[in-house]
Amino acid sequence: MAKRKPNPDVVAARLADLTMPEGSAWALGARQSARARLEQMGLPERRDEYWKFTRPDTLVQADAPTAALFHNDEGPLWDDMDRLKVVFVDGVFDADASDDLSQEGLEIERLGDATSKDIHWAKDIYGVLETRGQTAVDRPLAALNTAFATDGIVIRVTGKVSKPVNLIYLHKSETSDVILHHCIKIEEGAEMTLLETGPAAARFNKVLEVEIADKAAFHHVRVQGRDHERRAVTGIFTRLGTESTFKSFTLTMNGVLTRNECVIELTGDDANATVAGACVGDGDDFHHDDTVFITHDAVNCESRQVFKKVLRNGATGVFQGKILVKKDAQKTDGYQISQALLLDDDSQFLAKPELEIYADDVACSHGSTTGAIDETALFYLQSRGVPKAEATDLLVLAFLAEALEEIDNETLAEGMYERLEGWLARRAS
Amino acid sequence: MLEIKDLHVKLEEEDKQILKGVNLTVEPGKVHAIMGPNGSGKSTLSYVLSGKGGYEVTGGSALLEGEELLDMEAEERAAAGLFLAFQYPVEIPGVGNMTFLRTAVNAQRKARGEDEMSAGEFLKVIRAKAKTLKIDADMLKRPVNVGFSGGEKKRNEILQMAMLEPKMCILDETDSGLDVDAMKLVSEGVNALRDEGRGFLVITHYQRLLDHIKPDVVHIMADGRIVKTGGPELAIEVENNGYADILAEVA
Repeated sequence: MAKRKPNPDVVAARLADLTMPEGSAWALGARQSARARLEQMGLPERRDEYWKFTRPDTLVQADAPTAALFHNDEGPLWDDMDRLKVVFVDGVFDADASDDLSQEGLEIERLGDATSKDIHWAKDIYGVLETRGQTAVDRPLAALNTAFATDGIVIRVTGKVSKPVNLIYLHKSETSDVILHHCIKIEEGAEMTLLETGPAAARFNKVLEVEIADKAAFHHVRVQGRDHERRAVTGIFTRLGTESTFKSFTLTMNGVLTRNECVIELTGDDANATVAGACVGDGDDFHHDDTVFITHDAVNCESRQVFKKVLRNGATGVFQGKILVKKDAQKTDGYQISQALLLDDDSQFLAKPELEIYADDVACSHGSTTGAIDETALFYLQSRGVPKAEATDLLVLAFLAEALEEIDNETLAEGMYERLEGWLARRAS
Repeated sequence: MLEIKDLHVKLEEEDKQILKGVNLTVEPGKVHAIMGPNGSGKSTLSYVLSGKGGYEVTGGSALLEGEELLDMEAEERAAAGLFLAFQYPVEIPGVGNMTFLRTAVNAQRKARGEDEMSAGEFLKVIRAKAKTLKIDADMLKRPVNVGFSGGEKKRNEILQMAMLEPKMCILDETDSGLDVDAMKLVSEGVNALRDEGRGFLVITHYQRLLDHIKPDVVHIMADGRIVKTGGPELAIEVENNGYADILAEVA
């Protein structure tokens, strides 16, 4: 891809009011290097190939557009589930609202505490995985994040931890503009589940770096906030060791603009990565973008991308997914499916599935479809007495099911179904 | 039970008249069969009665217990007691068979102002009914008709009929795609539902099915009309001689 010349004025305008947080030498070094990368790349512009389907303007401009607060009357998600809660209010860690961070098998610290230490394991992850993710495509907003993130959490996982860590992002200010950065290191044979819930801010830039060692496993379920006017750009950067597992699922309902990037590098043999998403969007101010880049750089690895979007009343969905299979990544099994269900003629789905394969013994499949509700199935349901609106909802949930099936934990999956049913019910009247 | 008077139907998209004045009355407790050559309008009749889109009624009426079916939505017709066993049951990936049936049963009950069936009660009833149709637990759990064999799909239709307990059942070529054993099983399922309050309209090409589901009245349909009505012997005549003689006779 031809590189355009960055516009230093745009970068300068964005950085004018940002202050680089203090930290120890390694942390400051990582931040300064990220800033240098950002200045070299420039901020995303509409003419950038990678931003062809999503306008970056409001994510890039110095002042974040405001976002009204959403009053959730559904009650907390997974209320009965034993979780370790870590609460951020408009991007600031709230110790009082959070649980005690000591948990067997986990070392959890606030980002600021970790980066102020002269020696810390996070040194090998913070900005490191993000930098690796910049090789094929520029991701300037992630570099901006590394340079200026004001808070976040770092977690080192040393054992198989069954109790999930739930990052809860509360949005209380209509003008909050938040940059959070989390680092997770899962040691050999260790395992954890990370949950992320909530809208976080009027404008949210988040990076999550996850280093998964050999035979380790990372499970991730995320529910993005339903505040209609919120904006978010998020980046997951992960590297997988031998026989390790990465599984991530995201549910998105509402939000004026969401761009979820996921950059996965399979560097150990026999590793397994799955990234899935379900999204329901209503209205012409709904724009949701899933951008995935998976690099196979080891033998006999499997990767799955499963994305489903239900769009109506002029909503827009975007999918950009790429599988890159390097020369020696033989026996790669790559699967990618992106599908949109358009409930009217005004909505649109823009998809760019890509495969780039240099190995000769691989199985990669990809598919992308856009369609309407199956009238035959609808009539079949109606002929059995199911009213049209209810039948449509049933088919919408059925369509999304393939993505939801990627969640291993039944309780977590049930929570997703409940949220979706609630969303459909609210729109029924 | 079902009273069809001078029903005229054309395709919505094109100017093609399919039904040209169908008259037919099915009394409670009776089984009527409709036979007829391909393209005579048999399936169209079943679709129009059940409320499928794509057709335009240009004249006539269809009453179910005195209520005009043609003014109702498909789901209202179902709640009023009409059931169509599809010739080609539809596969619905992602919707479990059990969820589908329970949603349907309760939607109909709700529409009729009755109490919904509890999960426990539903389970008890469906297990018993599934057993007689040799439908195992796995088939109940799987998505609706997905990966079902032809015979399994038809058995699943009869199971739905048994669960919904309609007043008027239309069976559209339920014998198509069935081997001898499957046809016997399906027919037994239908016969078990025969009672004095329920009417049946069985659409078929072949006498075979009528050996198992014995009709009271047999109609021959051709070119959008019922051209001849008689007893079970009419079906045997068709089986032996084809339609040519009958059509020549009424022409």
